[in-house]
Amino acid sequence: MSGILNSSIARKFAMALSAFFLMFFLLQHFAINVTSIFSADVFNDLSHFMGTNPLVQYALQPVLIFGVVFHFVMGFILEIKNKNARTVKYAKNNGAANSSWMSRNMIWSGLAILAFVGLHFYDFWFPEINTKFINGDMTGLIDPNNAESGYRYYEELQHKFVDVWRVVLYVIAFVFLALHLLHGFNSAFQSVGANNKYTKGLKTFGKLYAILIPLGFVVIALFHHLNH
Amino acid sequence: MNLTLKIWRQKNANDKGQIVTYPITGIEGDMSFLEMLDILNDQLITNGDDPVAFDHDCREGICGMCSLYINGEAHGPDRLVTTCQLHMRKFKDGDTIFIEPFRAKAFPVIKDLVVDRSSFDRIQHSGGFISVNTSGNTQDANSIPISKNAADEAMDAATCIGCGACVASCKNSSAMLFVSAKVSQYALLPQGQVEATDRVLNMVKQMDEEGFGNCTNTGACEVECPKGISLENIARMNREYLSASLKG
Repeated sequence: MSGILNSSIARKFAMALSAFFLMFFLLQHFAINVTSIFSADVFNDLSHFMGTNPLVQYALQPVLIFGVVFHFVMGFILEIKNKNARTVKYAKNNGAANSSWMSRNMIWSGLAILAFVGLHFYDFWFPEINTKFINGDMTGLIDPNNAESGYRYYEELQHKFVDVWRVVLYVIAFVFLALHLLHGFNSAFQSVGANNKYTKGLKTFGKLYAILIPLGFVVIALFHHLNH
Repeated sequence: MNLTLKIWRQKNANDKGQIVTYPITGIEGDMSFLEMLDILNDQLITNGDDPVAFDHDCREGICGMCSLYINGEAHGPDRLVTTCQLHMRKFKDGDTIFIEPFRAKAFPVIKDLVVDRSSFDRIQHSGGFISVNTSGNTQDANSIPISKNAADEAMDAATCIGCGACVASCKNSSAMLFVSAKVSQYALLPQGQVEATDRVLNMVKQMDEEGFGNCTNTGACEVECPKGISLENIARMNREYLSASLKG
């Protein structure tokens, strides 16, 4: 992490760039997932496209994985550096007097999201990679011997949300995601030096994004739990 | 009013230090916080004890010398004031008040509540200036056109007194509000343009070398700053730094 990332502002900028990418990815992920509420066929078609398109699989997916890993590894590095910048703690510190809980606890909301990403990979990503690249089944069909059986994605999605504990864990994770975004969205813009006539509107948009996107994911999880 | 003071006592830079409790009586609401400490020190000296060391100079809120982390906030619970301008009427009879030095690795404690803030001086030396000919041929400042907005914003940034409350309040001990104010006051004016690239690169480099933490945009510095220095300055410094990095 030396070289171009050896200055505090460069690290801050890199953190913001990876955040922008992840926030854009989250929006795209939501846009596809939300179709599962309205149409199993549309969700299946979009999932099959995302799961088999070479550009998505071999170009965007590695970039996404790099973005996720970079964001949390850099987050850890910054947290350690920042902790080391104050060797003796205050006996009494009133952080709530001058800053939001979200802004002071990004490492904890981030860790909760990281734990969720682990669960989410276990639930969806690893089985998907196993089916496609280890078993070599790129058809996306439920039964490869019966082409009429339809795509498996929607059924797999519904199956995953049968267990209440998983739905609860997902909802908790989305709450932490909202908390992380409530500070992170506008923080990323501040980090890249954005400050103009759009800043005020952007702050409102950031709050809406931070609440509505995680809330949307909660609705999707509950919908499939209740409608299985 | 009668108060219980819990004050950080530390004999020297190498001493471990600890919180010591002092009861104090007869404090008036119109006294400043530093006057209250003066009274405590009078009592300590009368009793033959070592008085509490704390920084102060002008006691008019303009020199940036006084500090103190009071009840978990830099310069105490009031807003837009330094500790010398904080009055005891902000506290209630019977209150317990924690008084600690500004904490940061880059602000080592010298004694009790006095910290060494010369890291700020070194940051200033690395680029917080403009080079002008002072041999008598200096151009009249009014002959250089500057927009009202730029002049106002530069003046706002220049009101930073370098007290270090931003560092003390920041959970990361980041000095970015201070450095960004110093970068901004020149970046906004034509006189500052000539050395703009080197200035921001050198000041940020020095800031990092001093061991300050990284800014995570919590905004605590802006709230606690006795001069109301805005976070917009940090956004400006980020822009200045990025464009300076690209120029080389």
